[in-house]
Amino acid sequence: MGYCPNTPDEIREMLAVIGAGSIEELFAPIPAELRAKSFDLPPGMSEFELMRIMREKAAAGGAEIVPFIGGGIYDHIIPAAVDHLSSRAEFYTAYTPYQPECSQGTLQALFEYQSVICRLTGMEASNASLYDGGTAVAEAALMSLRITERNRVVLDASINPLHREIVTGYLHGLSAEAVEVAPDGCCSNLKRLIDSIDEETAAVVVQNPNFFGSVQDFSELAVKAHEKGALLIVSGYPIALGLVASPGEMGADIAVGDGQSLGNPLSFGGPYFGFIATRKRFIRNLPGRIVGETIDNQGRRGYVLTLQAREQHIKRHKATSNICSNQSLCALRGLIFCASLGKKGFEELALLNYDKAQYAKSSLAGVKGVSVMNAGSTFNEFTLSLPKDAAPVVEKLLASGVAAGVPLGQYYPGMDNALTVTVTEKRSKAEIDRLAALLEEALCS
Amino acid sequence: MAKFFTKEHEWVEMDGAQAIVGISEHAAHELGDITFVELPKIGKSVKQFDTLAGIESVKAASDIYAPVSGKVAQVNDKLEDAPELVNQGAESEGWICRLEGVDASELGALLDAAAYAKYLEGL
Amino acid sequence: MQLIFEKSVPGRSGVRVPLSDVPKASPFPDALRRKEPVLLPEVSELDLVRHYTNLSRRNFSVDTNFYPLGSCTMKYNTKVTENAGGLFAGCHPFLPLLPGGERLVQGPLSLVHGLEQQLAEITGMDEVTTQPLAGAHGEMTGIMVIAAYHKARGDERRKYVIVPDSSHGTNPASAAMAGYEIVTIPTAPYGDMDLEQFKNAMSEEVAAVMMTCPNTLGLFNPHIAEICAIAHQAGALIYYDGANLNAILGKVRPGDVGFDVIHVNLHKTFGTPHGGGGPGSGPVGVKKGLIPYLPTPRVQRKGDGSFAVEAHPEGIGRVSDFFGNFAIMARAYAYITLLGREGLIEVSEHAVLNANYIMARLKGEYELPFDQTCMHECAFSASRQLQDGVHAIDIAKYLIDRGFHPPTVYFPLNVKEAIMIEPTETESKQTMDLFIDVMLEAARIAREDPEALRQAPVTTPVGRLDETRAARAQQVCCE
Repeated sequence: MGYCPNTPDEIREMLAVIGAGSIEELFAPIPAELRAKSFDLPPGMSEFELMRIMREKAAAGGAEIVPFIGGGIYDHIIPAAVDHLSSRAEFYTAYTPYQPECSQGTLQALFEYQSVICRLTGMEASNASLYDGGTAVAEAALMSLRITERNRVVLDASINPLHREIVTGYLHGLSAEAVEVAPDGCCSNLKRLIDSIDEETAAVVVQNPNFFGSVQDFSELAVKAHEKGALLIVSGYPIALGLVASPGEMGADIAVGDGQSLGNPLSFGGPYFGFIATRKRFIRNLPGRIVGETIDNQGRRGYVLTLQAREQHIKRHKATSNICSNQSLCALRGLIFCASLGKKGFEELALLNYDKAQYAKSSLAGVKGVSVMNAGSTFNEFTLSLPKDAAPVVEKLLASGVAAGVPLGQYYPGMDNALTVTVTEKRSKAEIDRLAALLEEALCS
Repeated sequence: MAKFFTKEHEWVEMDGAQAIVGISEHAAHELGDITFVELPKIGKSVKQFDTLAGIESVKAASDIYAPVSGKVAQVNDKLEDAPELVNQGAESEGWICRLEGVDASELGALLDAAAYAKYLEGL
Repeated sequence: MQLIFEKSVPGRSGVRVPLSDVPKASPFPDALRRKEPVLLPEVSELDLVRHYTNLSRRNFSVDTNFYPLGSCTMKYNTKVTENAGGLFAGCHPFLPLLPGGERLVQGPLSLVHGLEQQLAEITGMDEVTTQPLAGAHGEMTGIMVIAAYHKARGDERRKYVIVPDSSHGTNPASAAMAGYEIVTIPTAPYGDMDLEQFKNAMSEEVAAVMMTCPNTLGLFNPHIAEICAIAHQAGALIYYDGANLNAILGKVRPGDVGFDVIHVNLHKTFGTPHGGGGPGSGPVGVKKGLIPYLPTPRVQRKGDGSFAVEAHPEGIGRVSDFFGNFAIMARAYAYITLLGREGLIEVSEHAVLNANYIMARLKGEYELPFDQTCMHECAFSASRQLQDGVHAIDIAKYLIDRGFHPPTVYFPLNVKEAIMIEPTETESKQTMDLFIDVMLEAARIAREDPEALRQAPVTTPVGRLDETRAARAQQVCCE
């Protein structure tokens, strides 16, 4: 049954009002030859039978594996209040706040979210969320094309390779050019990035920390980009921003990233949210919804969707983006996560990630034949050089219930021996020590 | 000089060799409270009836087309902070920009004030 | 209500960070460190919980109010599917991308594959990708697939995408993001895309035609098969915007009609919650000839019955990070499994019954520009009320005072003062009768005391808000 409440008697009454003899008569406008040729689905079932099937699927989901992997998605603590508050049906069963008077809950929460994103990134204007980290980088690249009226984007190849694939696809559709600059070891090649910026370059895009875990200062890159009339786009990892200088501090024009680490569970790939923030002067070029503060007819403060004339429902093919639904509820989770930890807790959390990763880095570097490849500082990820191909080593450790890291060979030709390891605050010393022991064992055999 | 109008509701008025361009009172009224005027870049060259600028209210966004060909010589930068000037005086202090290098013969393709008024009655 | 930042007291905190069990590392270098901590609010957990609980109470939602928002399918979100979606919280999406990782995540991979199969059968398509993260994202993906198809055939002339003027704004915006120019066809007096103008616009330079069927007026286009045939004859492909799929579940399959590409909105038709504006999910289905161009990776079933993540080299690349909004997909999979064949047919039948019931009862008082049997939604115009100076928005605001979320207003654009009502199948006759009574009451007040409607709403925490001021001030975060 389809959760349809009306009884046969009520259906008869309704049909009488309509003046139809049967429900089927209402489908008469559909010509017979267009009717479904098949609808071969199994019969329905009860909640209890359904949950048995779903639990079986979830049980075979790898949740028992200890993850030392990131790849842009991180296993962090989620305060209990995040689940409870975001499960309020008034939040999750509402839709886009088109009618502000009966949507102040969502609207104020999104305004608070935008404020948190601005404070995290050191920017002045945030939208109300994008889909995910990869599409956020792509939207930022498109935004730079609009602002500069240029057609070429320089991509640092130490950006998450999954994100680069998305950006390249988006740019390809618009016949814009994406130029990739290979990293220097595990760091962004600043000199080559600077040399790649020319008069046709809309933006140079970097990630901090990058896919290898290296943290760098991009202030000089910002200056050089601006000298050529190009923008600097920095993709960031929000938990790292508890410790690492913000894109704003480095002079970036657009800050983006995946907000998953802020209170959103792994959930096999989503839903997460992308964030995007910029300087006030570029606000009209932002994609997607933006919430703004105003007053009502009695002077009371309230919130509305604003600058909507940029958007698809008004500007259609000339809109700044096609995005309509975003990831509002995930952004709400991000907000509650940040407010729950607060100013001090957020910094402590970042420091804890750093400490654990530093411990793991020295432990793992102590394994015979293993060395750390990152030349400079790292946050909670780092890249190891193993004495042999990393892929079979990772496969072997998976059998022991540990995801040791992401082997880089499939993403960076020639880096077959490299392994990027992620250590969040959730990894215990015992788990780290076990990883070191298992790695040693795997490399000896 | 007199104003000439397009059917897309722009006006143009010659001032010496330059043409002053704006949107009509009627267009400003239809759009409602103007929230943003996207001014053209100085030096931009446009052909008659090409897109010249943009204008937005809360619920609508419209292109502003060039009533005559020319090169943007000056923009009304007061509109950057006070787009409401267009509502207050679309055909006076709410002007959008000045074009230079204009061929006055193109005015022949436009409506004079009387013809525009008549055109509006027919809408 | 205060902002959470305004409730902040230095030194307060909501949740404790775990203690460290490793030695303190040497300090993070100052040169790379942020100058000051992130200025996040400092509140106790109770203050936090009260703040967001009280904020939530300032929303109308499906669980608290009838929410007949046209084109959005605000049906009831079953609770068991919420539970089902939460079961996968601990599954890391990178696991299957590791060597030997696929066998550890057979459960979620089987779900991706299973949902793709369910959706293919429901829509009459040959294969489905779940990667797109919302309806508009699905549209863009679908059009990119179409572009890749034409390109692979060496057909580079096609630079236009045709959309009717009644289409969702996302259609032209998505096609533009995929690099196409847009041709818009007006609506004919019979309430759908003007067939003659469409024929004239069709050429060998058209890559695709995007149609919503039933259309945004809730009407089933009787010419739809002809439109498909005309497009195909000129070598163009035809795209189905699945926003209104709820009307035709089990009755019509777009694939059977002749559509080549479709996106479905799991958050509309398949009962996943709307989340205050997302997350949604917009899987895309295609006919056989387009399968090679679907995004990478694909989840495939191997000969031994296990599931594998495979690269899709000819495809358009990656459109999202992993397999889509998985926990939303899990809810939709659970919903389809729960309802089954008969349940899904009941959905479309009752959605159409409910919409026609509301239409029949309101058409005496409200102008119905296209008076014919509707599908899952009906589009009225407030043009009669406008004679008394009452706009659609005034009626909408009055409904808020009476405890109903307003229908969609001012869309579709081709209906003046549009009021588009979509009750969905999950509403009872009693609820709809209450709504209808209030709509009729609003029509009466429009005649007798129009000013009262223009003042609405008066029962909400804020009255009508000054949107012009918001757009001019651009205050989008707190100082």
